[in-house]
Amino acid sequence: MQVVNQAIPKVDAKALVTGKPVYTDDLAPKDCLEVKILRSPHAHALIKSIDKTRALKVPGIECILTYEDCPDERFTMAGQTYPEPSPYDRLILDKRVRFVGDAVAIVAGKDKACVTQAMKMIKVEYEILEPVLDFRKAKDNDILVHPEENWKSLCPVGADNKRNLCACGKDEKGDIDEVLKNCDYVVEQTYHTKACQQAMMETFRTYTYMDVYGRLNVVSSTQVTFHVRRILANALCIPKSKVRVVKPRIGGGFGAKQTSVSEVYPALVTWKTGKPAKIIFTREESQIASSPRHEMEIKVRVGADKSGKIRGIDVYTLSNTGAFGEHGPTTVGLSGHKSIPLYGGLDAFRFSYDVVYTNVMSAGAYRGYGATQGIFAVESAVNELAEKIGVDPVVLREKNMVKEGEVMPAYYGETANSCALDRCMAKAKEMMHWDEKYPCKDMGNGKVRGVGVAMAMQGSGISAVDTGSVAMKVNDDGFYSLMIGASDMGTGCDTILAQMAAECMNCSVDDIVVSGVDTDISPYDTGSYASSTTYVTGMAVIKTCESLKKKIIFKAAKYLDCTEEELEFDGKKVYSLKDQREITLRDIGNRVMCNNEDSLSASEAHSSPVSPPPFMVGMAEVEVDTETGKATLIDYVAVVDCGTPINPNLARVQVEGGIAQGIGMALYEDVVYSSSGKNYSNSFMQYKIPTRLDVGKIRVEFESSYEPTGPFGAKSIGEIVINTPSPAIASAISHAVGAKIRELPITPEKIYYGMKKQ
Amino acid sequence: MEVKFNLNGKPVAAEIKADTLLYDLLREEGCYSVKCGCETTNCGLCTVMLDGKPSLSCSILAARVEGREVFTLEGLQKEAEEFGEFLAAEGAEQCGFCSPGFIMNVLAMARELDEPDMEEIKEYLSGNLCRCSGYMGQMRAVEKYIKTKREDR
Repeated sequence: MQVVNQAIPKVDAKALVTGKPVYTDDLAPKDCLEVKILRSPHAHALIKSIDKTRALKVPGIECILTYEDCPDERFTMAGQTYPEPSPYDRLILDKRVRFVGDAVAIVAGKDKACVTQAMKMIKVEYEILEPVLDFRKAKDNDILVHPEENWKSLCPVGADNKRNLCACGKDEKGDIDEVLKNCDYVVEQTYHTKACQQAMMETFRTYTYMDVYGRLNVVSSTQVTFHVRRILANALCIPKSKVRVVKPRIGGGFGAKQTSVSEVYPALVTWKTGKPAKIIFTREESQIASSPRHEMEIKVRVGADKSGKIRGIDVYTLSNTGAFGEHGPTTVGLSGHKSIPLYGGLDAFRFSYDVVYTNVMSAGAYRGYGATQGIFAVESAVNELAEKIGVDPVVLREKNMVKEGEVMPAYYGETANSCALDRCMAKAKEMMHWDEKYPCKDMGNGKVRGVGVAMAMQGSGISAVDTGSVAMKVNDDGFYSLMIGASDMGTGCDTILAQMAAECMNCSVDDIVVSGVDTDISPYDTGSYASSTTYVTGMAVIKTCESLKKKIIFKAAKYLDCTEEELEFDGKKVYSLKDQREITLRDIGNRVMCNNEDSLSASEAHSSPVSPPPFMVGMAEVEVDTETGKATLIDYVAVVDCGTPINPNLARVQVEGGIAQGIGMALYEDVVYSSSGKNYSNSFMQYKIPTRLDVGKIRVEFESSYEPTGPFGAKSIGEIVINTPSPAIASAISHAVGAKIRELPITPEKIYYGMKKQ
Repeated sequence: MEVKFNLNGKPVAAEIKADTLLYDLLREEGCYSVKCGCETTNCGLCTVMLDGKPSLSCSILAARVEGREVFTLEGLQKEAEEFGEFLAAEGAEQCGFCSPGFIMNVLAMARELDEPDMEEIKEYLSGNLCRCSGYMGQMRAVEKYIKTKREDR
């Protein structure tokens, strides 16, 4: 391969490293109204009255909008394919506020200063209600988060607002209770993962304006450009044809921007006033009113026989969706469906779950999407099982891991057609010098170093749902335009899709101009989430190139006055296999611009009936200070099977970035609430994401399988990489000092008390 | 009030309020490379050069730059591109939102430290957060850049 599997720089690199104005706030018109949100100080309350008289008198204030100005039709902000599994439980502004930080009023004015002043002068009278703050007590609680009659669920996900249930369900095979009863070793434990913030460097932001056709134009930092069009049409109760959404460069997403967090507010202002408006979330708002990872409590039972054969896994997940149900019914599924199938040949499994509403900020999509939580629980339980049996956790996994060609009953019955998990384990073991380091080494200075291991999987797109389409055309001089509907959020999909197109057309990436998403122009794409872009949209690129090549040859045959069958296209020219006739692509590109009836453009769509999992192994070496309980990450080894890496550099950085986020989740990051539901983790002062001093050394290798249904053998890479650090680090700490930490993050306090307890 | 200072090598006079932050003033002056990621001096995205020293523009009052010299990435395009090539060669610029502040600090470090080792580099750049890259690719780029600079000397 000439272009695919090459580490070429991103096509937008130069603009990014020289600081060009390419992001939402850089592009917003200078006369935009500033939009800010007045937020609730109460976790649960009914608005009795809002007096905005004095606030409206502040010079420069354009409008103050309350629930009385909003349609009473519920919608979801989740960026998912219609009909969304997430319930329609939102209004833009509601009379009932459901968490500290929930939107009460939208204030728009000529600058930040006047808007901030006006916000202080709005008088809101609340009827304060008792909140549901403990997610363990939410199901069937007398207090309802969504008592309203016009709440609705579009899909059969087991939702019931009269029970505080956003979803519930079960999947099983065999008699798990019977199998576990007959196991020689059974581990039964409960694991708790907290809400975590994606903390992308660019907070949520959007600007809106009316165009010459009276349509609402939206420029937004989003991963789900096309879904935002539908969400806004639903929220404002206007036809979808009235909305256009454009995605500029975006400063990171990691799933946060798979929820339409900021778009509705300036959209409503512009729709009401006709004036351009913008909202830039502060970091505080991004921390308290956004779309973090679902907090989950996961009960795991895993059993093995005397020989160390794992025979059954039982997982029950309780997921906290917070005040609204965005991504609630879907994230929970991955906690079982992408943890249990790591182990092949089970006699039985069961996966059951409840997703509950509470009065804290709504959760959303975060890289890993529930798999991260489930894998922490199942992989931790397997590590505890190894200890119980008295076997090396690597050996236990080598014996039980899923193998290529195996059917995975807990993964919708799909077959692992490409799986190099065994090679990943062997390579990781060698890189970590596992056999020398396991289980731990006393450093002689009050510090002990332990090693830990975990495996992970994810999917590649949502099977039979995700749809990617692209369009490509030949221009004069023979250069190509590639129009994609997928949203590059910095990870480089504009580049890797261009690489695939260049490989297909036998040209250089420089010959291809990529246009990002504009819902008026781009072919439809579900968006950049669910690890779908490389796998799903990548296949659409291949199909489109095949169609376009046929059209080029068809046109060349006309120009050369011969049949298509005798022609070949080598990327530069179309030539005859029979004689000397040939015509360059450049000439074709120029000639079709005169007296031509054949369009040299093609557009194809792709969707996949399967979602082939990438696999990986992570190993952590952690040093624990036995005096203080402080854990320091020394070394992290990650070996990944993502099929063919389309761009090895970008794939490597995906892994390194995901591991670093996973380290943050394992050791530092926590969304903490007061007893009345106030979010304490409201800045980077309180919510600590890892700096370059906190991540140790992260070493990455690839052990590639070849996925027959993927473009050039590729599977996904973006999400799986966040899944191994939590269980691997927890196990390393357990090996070092014996403390078993089953709740994230693993703070020095928890380790210290864990050591004392023994 | 009016503030007069030198921005990217050119004299500037701007009307400001007493509480205007340097960050806001610089963006008003068209220096869109300057980004804000946290408002609490934790992220390093708003780093600019104030009299040659890397400084966080989100926590400096605009009035304080009276008579001083400010450089943003707009005024250091050649150097930015030079280091940026190393960063892009690793694929480590990713979303690019933290790149300007990070590059500012890398350029300051290259001027300030003579032959820094990896620990010194990490320490110097520890105030520059990045959520995409996991830092490894950034460090590879810095290491190669410093090495090339040294060889060029």
